[in-house]
Formats: sequence, structure tokens, C-alpha cells
Amino acid sequence: MTDTARTLTSPEAVKRLKKRRGADVRFRWYGLGAILIALGALAVLVFSIGTQGVSAATYHVVKFDIVLDPAEIAPEGDNAPEDIARNVEGFYGLARDNLLATFPEANESRATRQQLADFLTRLAVLPTAKQVARNPELVGSRMTMTAPLNDDLDLYLKGQGVRERRINTGAVTVTAASAEGTYRVSGNLESLAAAIKVAGQDRMEDASPLSVLLTAGSATGRLTGITDGSATMEMLTGNAQQFANARPVARVVLTGEGERTVSDNQIAWVLALKDMGRINRVPRWSLLTNSDSTYPELAGGLSAIVGSLWTMLVTALVAMPIGILAAVYLEEFAPRNRVTEFIEVNINNLAAVPSIVFGLLGAALYLNFLGMPRSAPLVGGLVLALMTFPVVIIAARAALKAVPPSVRSGALAVGASQMQTVFHHVVPLAAPGILTGAILGMARALGETAPLLLIGMVAFVGDVPKGPMDESTVMPVLIFSWSNNAERAWEPLTSAMIIILLAFLLLMNGLVVFLRRKYERRW
Amino acid sequence: MLQQLGQLPMGWLLIALIAVFGSSAFFLGRVRAEKLLLAGARRMHSRPNYHGYFVAMWATVPIVLIAIAYGVFSESMTRTQLIGELPSQFGLLSEAELHSYIDAVRMAAGGAASTGADRVFTAVTNRYLEIRGMLNAGTLAVLGLLAATGTVWARGRLKSDFRARSFVERGMEMVLFLCAGVAIATTAGIVLSLLWESLQFFRVVSAWDFLTGTRWNAQTEAEFGALPLFFGTFMIALIAMVVAAPIGLFSAIFLSEYASPKARAWIKPILEILAGIPTVVYGFFALLVVAPGIRQLAIWFNEGVIRMGLASEPILAAQPTSALAAGLVMGIMVIPFVSSLSDDVINAVPQTLRDAAYALGATKSETVKQVVVPAALPGIIAALLLAVSRAIGETMIVVMAAGKSARISMDPTSDLTTITVQIVSLMTGETGFDDPKTLSAFALGLVLFAVTLLFNIVALRVVKKYREKYD
Repeated sequence: MTDTARTLTSPEAVKRLKKRRGADVRFRWYGLGAILIALGALAVLVFSIGTQGVSAATYHVVKFDIVLDPAEIAPEGDNAPEDIARNVEGFYGLARDNLLATFPEANESRATRQQLADFLTRLAVLPTAKQVARNPELVGSRMTMTAPLNDDLDLYLKGQGVRERRINTGAVTVTAASAEGTYRVSGNLESLAAAIKVAGQDRMEDASPLSVLLTAGSATGRLTGITDGSATMEMLTGNAQQFANARPVARVVLTGEGERTVSDNQIAWVLALKDMGRINRVPRWSLLTNSDSTYPELAGGLSAIVGSLWTMLVTALVAMPIGILAAVYLEEFAPRNRVTEFIEVNINNLAAVPSIVFGLLGAALYLNFLGMPRSAPLVGGLVLALMTFPVVIIAARAALKAVPPSVRSGALAVGASQMQTVFHHVVPLAAPGILTGAILGMARALGETAPLLLIGMVAFVGDVPKGPMDESTVMPVLIFSWSNNAERAWEPLTSAMIIILLAFLLLMNGLVVFLRRKYERRW
Repeated sequence: MLQQLGQLPMGWLLIALIAVFGSSAFFLGRVRAEKLLLAGARRMHSRPNYHGYFVAMWATVPIVLIAIAYGVFSESMTRTQLIGELPSQFGLLSEAELHSYIDAVRMAAGGAASTGADRVFTAVTNRYLEIRGMLNAGTLAVLGLLAATGTVWARGRLKSDFRARSFVERGMEMVLFLCAGVAIATTAGIVLSLLWESLQFFRVVSAWDFLTGTRWNAQTEAEFGALPLFFGTFMIALIAMVVAAPIGLFSAIFLSEYASPKARAWIKPILEILAGIPTVVYGFFALLVVAPGIRQLAIWFNEGVIRMGLASEPILAAQPTSALAAGLVMGIMVIPFVSSLSDDVINAVPQTLRDAAYALGATKSETVKQVVVPAALPGIIAALLLAVSRAIGETMIVVMAAGKSARISMDPTSDLTTITVQIVSLMTGETGFDDPKTLSAFALGLVLFAVTLLFNIVALRVVKKYREKYD
């Protein structure tokens, strides 16, 4: 054996080799781990927003069978459409009275009446009012009105607002007890009692007591004094006969009544309405057809979507021509001199300037100096255009550069002027590349939020903007505003709006992929 | 009459007029050129279309300039005129009050219903409309005159040997140059507007106090010590880079050195999705998932430490919005910036270097660590610098998840504020441009612009100066 071979097979060398190989394997795992962390973060993001958003894609609506009493709908007696459309209070009264007739027990106190009235907001009847206003002959007839359910109850029905455990108790017998309105429930309540014990364990001492509700059909009662075999029940709604021959379900509501937004009574009523088939879970088209509202169950993104479209129109009309023409100049005409170099340095720097700085420029230049209106898509579009055109220039230059010089030489050889060469031959050949670059720039502008906040596009906008000068907001800013709202129901709604925004972005990127596939050309 | 003229939708009208004048001038020029052809001109220098373009150019260029001037100056001219005519009692109003009064007048003039309009207000509104009407009528008259003169004059120049094409192409090149010049104008606009408003601010607050003061309380009291904001920005960017630098770099190394072409073709675009997600979505994610999670972890940590007797009070602040949450999510956002740029430079390292290292007996990881990465280092550093500049300028994530309290605290679970957060909160209020609050936002913007520009320039320099050339 030679010396070298011995040093390579000596125990130290083998040990060192093993260590080096171990380090090699570890290094590979670090790389894989980094990729997995990045992909995992993306997956968590998509999953958490996706599940939230999907749950907001449907919501619960309540049906009201009402008679359009002229005394309520058109108190003036003239059936004037605009009066009817404005008479939200009248329609709301009809719906509320309908609920009160369904649940007469709510009349007991002011508080319970209010709890029942909270089932729908006043503005929820507006579509019906408008519908009747369009067809005044409906006044006096009977109709079924549907209106979205209050957001807290909607969340409760979706199992998101309030945590509860459901236990099938099996058949129970319900007998009237001595006190009025209370009953004695007997049956096999062992599992229920056990569940209550478990639920009670990790509760804070000062929390309000657990509610245990027993439901059969449309009847619900609140259980107290639960032992393994019997309990006392106070009826919340419906009558005790419904428990006979039924398979009641017990609900242990894990949040005390004081700490949640829906009361026991409301739970009982909403379950009853559901049992009567008057509450349905339907697709929430209002997310696309309604404008912003202060009530989550009525809010939609239409005004923001239209605002985004106006803004993007302005951006496209300004950034695309300027960007493309500038790219043509720099790539085809510009002499190599100081000025050209300075322009190029500027373009590269502009592409890296934080977007919020463009917002400051917009505020100072457009709003303060030129006196343009705040919150207008025109201003927003101009700000985004300044941000987008460097991106368009860079993409368009790359596309122009890809056109082979032989095309130019050919055109020049048959006598075309340079301008004709460029606009008749080079630009058409580069058009798909220029267009995809421009679309990608627009997609970036569509998701931009910060600069638009600075020019006042964050205001609450209840109307759909009709032109680029109207007050409006855009999708990302709407997402930002909604995420600031405190009520729990805004969270899934915000996620749903994010999904809509991402769908638009996906559409634009899909268009780019399609254009590339169809027109991509290798020279 | 004048008042009605004052309500004209001038924007649309001007665009329509330019289109009408332009196309009719083109038509006139072209017809004239065709007539020349028919009249027996056997050889024309330019084709009829170019004669059309030539006339159209002379008809539209002056009126486009006038339209732009109208857009830029009409409002301020009307205002100056109106303010000059106001009765002397208005002199009692401050500048800001006067401006908001005229804003209200303008809203009312635009047709918005004004509530509580008194007689004076109505009179001022009517006068506003009259001034506007005169301006509009004057603009339209000048515009029509110029377009007509231009058309007639240019049409008169058309002859069979007229070099219409050369003129048109020279004009076209001017337009192209001006479009490219917009880049310079934009940069100049940014620098000038930031500098101008900042100078106004530094008249009230000294630049030294602004840069070194430690108390920031712009909203309530006039305290403009921006150091806590710089600290918060630095802290959050640091957290972001602690996340993004290793993950981005290792991803790049894995993708370029280890992954099979097929895996690479899948993973690279997916990673780039991270760069395409709007930042407001990241902000919501931080607010919805990450911040509550970190808060919970911090609470558990506090409880654990107390239970073990290591401390008697909670160590971490465990606030609902925290620097850590914003930093982590920003790190995720920045990963693709690091990874795709590093990937490019690593791929640019020639294969011969790797082969040489293998030939000397180096393992793959040793080759990467001791040959490939050092060779690509300038590019990697540039990528990291660009990512830092992104992180510093990022707004929505910090606005939504970092908090608003200006403080200097090393605890990553406490809420910190940043330059961008403060710019947003200062600029979204209803304050005028003469308020130091608003002006301070521009001073912050100037700092932000300068710092990010510095990072970008340094990044480009590093690449240019230290790039190894393999030819």
C-alpha cells in the first residue's frame, strides 16, 4: 500500500469522511427544509383564508310570509313608488310582526322583543321594498319575503360563533311541573350530565353559568338541575307536547350567555325557524351584487370591484401607451448618450421605489398641487400608472430585444424608414411579449393598497361609482377596511373578498400564460 | 349662461374634441393628397396617409397642450380669481379654513347637494361657476381657433413633393422621447414633492430633533422624534430578513443544485406565487392567524417561566399585534425576492468551477459552500439588499399587524410602529397640507425614499464591482 492510500483509509480519515458525508446529507436536508417551510407557509395562508372565505360564500336567509298591508306599506295611500321604496320602516315592521306572531312568547318583555327584532336589520328589507315599489300592484297581496339573517345568528348556525356540544339524549318524557311554564324531564341523561361535568371543568370561576338547551322539532327548553335521570326544563319556545315521540337533542353551550352575542332565546328561535323550513342556507351572491354596508350580512364588494375597474382603466390608458412608447424609444431610437443613460437609471430606480412613496407623490402632486378630487379612481389610476409604467417599460424592452435584428435589416433593406420598420414590423412581432408584461404590471397595480390609502380611497363608499371622478374605493382597500371591523362576522367576509381579488389576479395571470402559450415564438 | 358653461364636463369634452379635430384634420389632409395624386402628380414624396397625419399633427398637438394646461391650471386659476373677489370679511378666515370653504363651494358647484347653504355660500358658488364658465368658454374658443388655424395652415403646405413623412416621423420621435422622459419627470416629481413638503416641515421642527428625538406623538401632541419609528422599521425588517435570508438562500441552493429539472419546474413557479400575492392579503393573514398564534405562544411562555420560578412577572408583552407577527409574515413575503435572484446568480456560476471542485474530491455541499456560493456572493448580497429595501418599504403588513405605539423595545412580542405605518396613519386623517402632521409624513417619506434608494444603489454597485467574470 502506498502512503496516500494509507492516509485515506486510516481511522481518522474514515471518521472525517463520515463526518463530511453527514454534513453533505444535512446540507441537502436544509435546502429541502427551506423549500418545505416556504411552501408550507403558502399552504397555511391559502388554507386559512380559503376555509374562512368558503364559509362566507353561503349565508342564511329567513323567509317571511307577509301580507303587504297598505296601511303599513303606503301610509299616505297613494302607492307612489318612491315612497314605497323609502318606507323601509313599514316593511321592517311587517317582518317583525310576523316573527312576533310566530313566537308570541317574545312579547313577554322589551328585552326579548328586541332580541327577536334583532333577527334582521332594517336595511335587509330594502330589496323587497324596491321590488314592491317597481310593482305597486303587489300592495295588499300576500308575498314571501326573504331577508338575510343577522350575522351573529348566521355564524351560530354555521357553528362558528358559539362553541357547543350536541348530545342525543334518546327519548325522554316531559311532564308539567308545579311552577307555571316549567316541566320535568326524565330519561337517560347520563351522557349529558357527564358532558356538562367535562365542560364545566376548564371554565373560569367568574364565567356565567353554562346553558343547556333541549330541542325537539321546533320546541326548545332550557334545562337546569340535571342529574343522571332527570332535569327541570323551562320552555323557551314551542310547546312541551313536541317532546313526545321525538328524539331530542341537547346542546351544551360552552360559552356563558353573558359572554356571547346570541342569547338562549335567540338560539331557540333560530332553531325553531330552521325546523319550520323558514331558514335556508343559500349562495351569497350579495357579495358580488351589493355595495359596502355597515352590516356584515348586507355588505358586498360591488362598489369596490367597479372602483377597481375604473382605476385599472385609467392606469391602463396612461401606463401602457407611455410605457410601450418609452420602451420603443429606448430600445430602437435612443442614441447612447448621457440622457439615455440617465433615463435608464431612473427607470430601474423607480421600479424599486416603495409603493407608499408614490402615494405621497400622488397626494402632493394631484391632490394638493393640481386640486384633483380625493377618493377618485382618476387620481388612484394616475398614481398606479406612475408605479406601473417602469414595469411595463422593462417588460416591453425585453420583448423588443427578443425580436431578431434580421427583421429590422430586412425591412430597412426594402426601403422602409426606421419608424416604419419599428411600427410595421418590430412592434407587431413583439406585441404578445409587450402585452403579457403590461398585464403583469396591471395585476400588480390591482393588488396595490398603500398608495391608494394616501389619496383618500379608504372612505366608506355605499354607491357604485359611475365614472372616474366619483368617490370610490378598490378591492384591496375594501379588504383593508373590512379587516379593521371588530365584529366577528367580518373575518370570513374579508376572506371571501380576498378570494374574489385573488380570482381576478389569477384570471390576469392565466391570460398571460395563455398568451405565452399561443404566441410565444423562438427565433 | 356662464354658470351652465361652468358645469360642462370639460374632461370628456376635451378628449372628444381632440378626437374629432384630429380625425377630421387627418381626413382633410388625406383627401387633399389624393386630389394631388389625381391631379396628375405622378410621384409624391409621401403616401397620402402621411399627409393626413401631418395635418392631424398640426391640428391636435397645440390643442393637446392646451388641454393639459387646462387640466393643470384651471382649478388654481379659478381659485385665485375667486379668492381675490371675495368680500373682505373672508380675510378673517385662516388659509386652511378658506381652502376647505372653497372645497365645499367646488363640491356644491359640481352638483353635490349642499346642506345648510346660506346666501353667501350660494352667491360664492354661483360666482365660482361663472369664473369657471368664462375659463371654459375661453379655453374652448382658443382651442377651436388653434385647431382650425393649424389644419388650414398645414393643409396649405401639402404639395406633391412635400416631405410629409419626414415631418411626421420627426414628430413621432419627439413623442417617443417625451414618453421616455416621463421616467425622469416622475423621479423629479417624487424628489421635489418630498423635499418641498419636508422643508416646510423642517421649518417647524428642526431636522436634528426629527432624526434623533425619541418621542413620537404626532397624532395627539406635536412630538416628532422619529427614532422609535426607525427602530421599529429596523427591528421588523431584521426579523423579516432572519426568516427570509436562510429560507430564500437555501431554497435557491436546493433548486439550482439539488432539485431535478421536473421538481424545479414545479416548485419555482409556486414559490413565485408568494411574490404575486397582494400585501394586503399577507397583512390579513398576519392579523388573522399569525398575530393571535404568537400572542398565545408568548402567553404560554410567560406562564411557563413563572411556573418554573424563573421570573415573577410576565417577561414578554404578548400584545395582540406584534413586531414578530409582522416580521415573520413579511419574511415569508420576501422569500421569493431572495430566492429567485440568488437562483439566477447561482445558475450563472459556470459548471467548470463545480467540476473542478468535484475533481479535487469535494462533496457536493462542500462545492456549494466553498466554491459556488463564494463565486455568486456579490449577486446574493445584492439580492439580500434588495430584499431589505422591500422589507423597509413594505406597508400593508405592518399597518395591519405591527401596531401603532412608537417605542423602543427589544421585546419582539410588543407592538412597534414603523415609518410606513405612521405615514399611512398621518395621511388618512382629514388634515390639510399646511399641518405639521401631514408634513411630517413627507419627511418620513423622504427618509424612506433615501434609505431604499441607497440600498438599491449599493446593491447595483456590489453587483457591478465585484461580479466575477467567467469568459
